[in-house]
Amino acid sequence: MKFIDEYRDAAAAKQLARQIARLATRPWNLMEVCGGQTHAILKFGLDELLPPQLSLIHGPGCPVCVTPVEIIDKALEIAARPEVIFTSFGDMLRVPGSRQDLLSVKARGGDVRIVYSPLDALKLAVQNPGKEVVFFGVGFETTAPATAMAVFQAARQGVKNFSILVSHVLVPPAIEAVLSSADNRVHGFLAAGHVCAVMGCEEYHPLAAKYRVPIVVTGFEPVDILQGILMCVTQLAEGRAEVENQYSRAVRREGNPAAQKLIREVFRVVSRKWRGLGEIPNSGLGLRESYAAYDAEHKFGVAGLVVEESSECRSGEVLQGKLKPYDCPAFGTRCTPEHPLGATMVSSEGACAAYYRYRRAPVPPAS
Amino acid sequence: MCLAVPGKIISIQGEDPLSRIGKIDFGGVLKEASLAYVPEAEVGDYVIVHVGFALNRVDEAEAQKVFEYLREMDQLAELDEAEKPGPASGETPPAVR
Repeated sequence: MKFIDEYRDAAAAKQLARQIARLATRPWNLMEVCGGQTHAILKFGLDELLPPQLSLIHGPGCPVCVTPVEIIDKALEIAARPEVIFTSFGDMLRVPGSRQDLLSVKARGGDVRIVYSPLDALKLAVQNPGKEVVFFGVGFETTAPATAMAVFQAARQGVKNFSILVSHVLVPPAIEAVLSSADNRVHGFLAAGHVCAVMGCEEYHPLAAKYRVPIVVTGFEPVDILQGILMCVTQLAEGRAEVENQYSRAVRREGNPAAQKLIREVFRVVSRKWRGLGEIPNSGLGLRESYAAYDAEHKFGVAGLVVEESSECRSGEVLQGKLKPYDCPAFGTRCTPEHPLGATMVSSEGACAAYYRYRRAPVPPAS
Repeated sequence: MCLAVPGKIISIQGEDPLSRIGKIDFGGVLKEASLAYVPEAEVGDYVIVHVGFALNRVDEAEAQKVFEYLREMDQLAELDEAEKPGPASGETPPAVR
């Protein structure tokens, strides 16, 4: 496919890897923010092309993985109601809440459906006027414009039996949470290309300047990721800390103004809990007062629910790059994609699931 | 989750900018997507599609930059080879400084 195949060229990848090895003269840790990039790195073995002094730390950029147990439990409670059709992207269905997941609600007769787009959920509401259709609005800035449009269209068309369980989160506050942590080990970032396709690059300049880290907006194919790494390493070698754009075929400096306008129309910035990271101020989106009628938490009276996370899952440390998945005692034994303890093992973009699928723990020598 | 795939717009339905729908060709697989956020997009353009929405047009000129960069690196490497007096010294050649 055009704009994909040429960015998977092995010769180009090796050429970039050689140049990275020439410039990576010191031990540096780079964090790829987006789970899609983590998946590609493991799938194509890109980390194995890098010199040993350069490490990739897998960041908190998988929205499925950072959705807190509390929101999952709210989803479960709403989905179990007889009058509700609960709609969600497929990868949320197996994310464990404190006792069960959406699939088990479905198995017990709950009407839980996978949709491709929030607009499909809105269509279901129009087709089923006797039902309450709820959409599980998870995702970063990439996905927020789609949810915003569904809410905006529902209001415009006067659809009353439609609401959103909102769990949208924002990338820059998560990067800042990583950088401001006392034991931060990250020297440079590959920023998430599709988040920036919507939001642009401007909001990363203050972070690069304040924490003196290079931030390179990067795409998702092997050649993109290796070039992003090379640009990051070049900055480190030259002592620069700037925002650069590797993914310029899809990301303009100003992002997508039409999408930003609709996000601002429907949402306001709120504080959100992140699974494993805790509450981060101003790190998410919630519906504005003028769209409160579409807020499923209020409609179904679950706003007050508070749930603590289980202690066995160490995804918080994985999401901050402090623990490799195979160093977790439960990895691959009590925690597998079929029976996940935490969300990083559920989503194909979660670091634990990517390691489980493409790379097992180092095999101990035969005795 | 932020997976977004490039595809080519082969037809467009509707006039209202907020409800324009494009038929998108993803290497032979056809799917519809909202063009609400790419009011400038036309038939023949490539767009990046995420959960049923085109997020941006793909800029063809910018798309070539990676490969221009690789070609420049190749030329530098050739220069490097030509200028090298003997076995690799480990020094960065002046051409890439």
